[in-house]
Amino acid sequence: MTSLATSTSATEAVTAEPHEGHADLRLFGLATFLVADGMTFAGFFAAYLTFRAVNPLPAGSTYELELLLPSINTMLLLVSSYTFHRSGRNLLLGQMGPCRAWLLLTAGLGAAFLAGQMVEYFTLPFGLTDNLFASTFYALTGFHGLHVTLGVICILLVWFQTRQGGRVTSAAPFGLEAAELYWHFVDGIWVVLYGILYLL
Amino acid sequence: MTVASPNDFQDSLQPQGWLRYFSFSLDHKVIGIQYLVTGFLFYFIGGALAGVIRAELASPISDFVSRETYNEVLTLHGTVMIFLWIVPVVNGGFGNYLIPFYVGARDMAFPRLNAVAFWMIPPAGILLIGSYFITGAAQSGWTAYPPLSLTTPALGQVVWIVSVLLLGGSSIFGGINFIATVLKLRRPGLKLMQLPMYCWAMLGTSILVVLSTPVLAGTLLLLSFDIVAHTGFFNPALGGNVVVYQHLFWFYSHPAVYIMVLPAFGLVSEILPIHSRKPLFGYTTMVYSILAIVVLGLVVWAHHMFTSGTPPWMRLFFTIATSFIAVPTGIKFFNWLATLWGGKLALNSAMLFSCAFIVNFVFGGITGVALAQVPFDIHVHDTYFVVGHFHYIVYGGTVFVIFASIYHWYPKFTGRMLNEDLGRLHFLLTFVGFNLCFAPQHWLGLNGMPRRVAEYDPSFTTLNQISSVGALLMAISSLPFLYNVLVSAFKGQVAGDNPWNALTPEWLTSSPPPVENWIGAAPLVEHPYGYGVDEDALSVEAATGRDLWSGTGRR
Repeated sequence: MTSLATSTSATEAVTAEPHEGHADLRLFGLATFLVADGMTFAGFFAAYLTFRAVNPLPAGSTYELELLLPSINTMLLLVSSYTFHRSGRNLLLGQMGPCRAWLLLTAGLGAAFLAGQMVEYFTLPFGLTDNLFASTFYALTGFHGLHVTLGVICILLVWFQTRQGGRVTSAAPFGLEAAELYWHFVDGIWVVLYGILYLL
Repeated sequence: MTVASPNDFQDSLQPQGWLRYFSFSLDHKVIGIQYLVTGFLFYFIGGALAGVIRAELASPISDFVSRETYNEVLTLHGTVMIFLWIVPVVNGGFGNYLIPFYVGARDMAFPRLNAVAFWMIPPAGILLIGSYFITGAAQSGWTAYPPLSLTTPALGQVVWIVSVLLLGGSSIFGGINFIATVLKLRRPGLKLMQLPMYCWAMLGTSILVVLSTPVLAGTLLLLSFDIVAHTGFFNPALGGNVVVYQHLFWFYSHPAVYIMVLPAFGLVSEILPIHSRKPLFGYTTMVYSILAIVVLGLVVWAHHMFTSGTPPWMRLFFTIATSFIAVPTGIKFFNWLATLWGGKLALNSAMLFSCAFIVNFVFGGITGVALAQVPFDIHVHDTYFVVGHFHYIVYGGTVFVIFASIYHWYPKFTGRMLNEDLGRLHFLLTFVGFNLCFAPQHWLGLNGMPRRVAEYDPSFTTLNQISSVGALLMAISSLPFLYNVLVSAFKGQVAGDNPWNALTPEWLTSSPPPVENWIGAAPLVEHPYGYGVDEDALSVEAATGRDLWSGTGRR
């Protein structure tokens, strides 16, 4: 009912008895959703590992992946988790200037990751339908890239909402906390993905 | 108590009267009814599709509809009944209506998400049914196994995938809502082990929904790539692996059986104590057996795949794990029997359907344990034995409980009673029709009649005709039911707030309840099953602070 209460505060003000609220459960709900989202990735990972174990590729079609670019990308995402964390701490301390600067830096790192992945896509020697490994590679990294794209958009939205008079403040940090939780989740997924797709 | 909501802010925002059922209402009771009515609409559509199947199978040759139509019909029947009838009704329907009452809340944790989850269902249903008329429906069964789903017409299959993805999303949103509501929204003072059993059932179900449904969604995304972008994840011709699809599909679809059945276990645990005037026997063991079913339910999926080239160690593991599920399930059944034992039974329609559920489900459970054994499963795999078993679980189990629940909670929904005579006629026709329809299918399967065929060996004709007569009886049984629920809403006997003298919280308010469930504070119900308990003993307990009911199943 929290979301209702904000949109109907005018109606509430004239009623005789105020409604009892309950604790803000939105972060709990988001965390539950991320468990579900993580299971989607878990399904993809399980499929990839099984394909790898039991479906040999046709002769001459094993592709080596370049390690340099994805490793730089991994560093970018890990650093972006730290910058987002700094932004969150600044918000709680009421330091809006640094908070917004760290947010923009995080979004920039996310965008740089996406650019790096684009470069990788265009330089790889195989396409989506070349073989099972190629298809799975693009499906996994693409689905993750979709999450990063959504995350960057969310960060920019939160950046907009932290402006003077915006709805995200140190007293109402939900928007930023939600985006931060989501961003750490997406980073964590990438670490697993990097491990099994590039290193294994 | 009178129906009034003087201070309710929703009054000024939401349409009133019957119109609110067609609105984006945030009231959990309205959303619950929306789920129920929508679900019943799809039940009748799915039932008509089943009628087509049974009409086709009344004779051994393919003469009623074309074979392509038959494939479309059986695919739509399975998909509609599972994703648009059972899952939304036992989870979204009764869950949304009852759970906030049971935890002492005024609504679900996320009312807006709740409404979004419901409103994803009608478009999904329209897509699915519409695909039959516009593009031709999917023809690969509700399992959509590749390579069959890759070779049947692509457009219908893609529409099917989109529809199931929408329904899966709706289900996940609902699951998140139930988990947050049960764990985080309990009124102060209410402990987890005091909750009515349906809360535990919905908590377990929702955990399964959140953990397994996303895997189906991911799998169907990959399948859609195979169809649309010609990747080869599940296409052997392109080096793909069909068995991986089966693993991922059943990782969802076996828990889906518990997603359909656990809420029914919860509902029947509410109905039996009230109508036998006894505490629910073995509350604690009920809770732990639900949790055990949740854990075991996640690690038994490959028993659907014993003929898919599974290695011996896998067969052994999944046979043993599946057989283990009989233990917590058996505990629940003995608890229900012990609840009935020595009770003051009121054999009304709700109780008749509940008791028939116990009979049907035990039979379906026994054939289920038989199917878990590899040598037997290989013999009857993909035969009508599986069809019979499955319908004993899902129709004889869950649908019987849905009907019991309608008879039980209709007075709460509408403020009026259903007609008992019509209810018993409905029960008699359903029970006879159901057993006539599905019991012969076990014989057919044992004798080797494969499932999903429009033609069969003429020696199977008699049993198939008995089955079709049973299906006809089931169709007829819905007439007294429909008449009853439609007419009783206006002309039924006025129910009063608590016609069953029940102790669970939803009966401690008016019928139908006010918008925010209670005028004033929510009651604290610490003993939802305290039936037949001596008043003196209660006062002794209050005076001495001793729990006189420890070990008696009453918490």
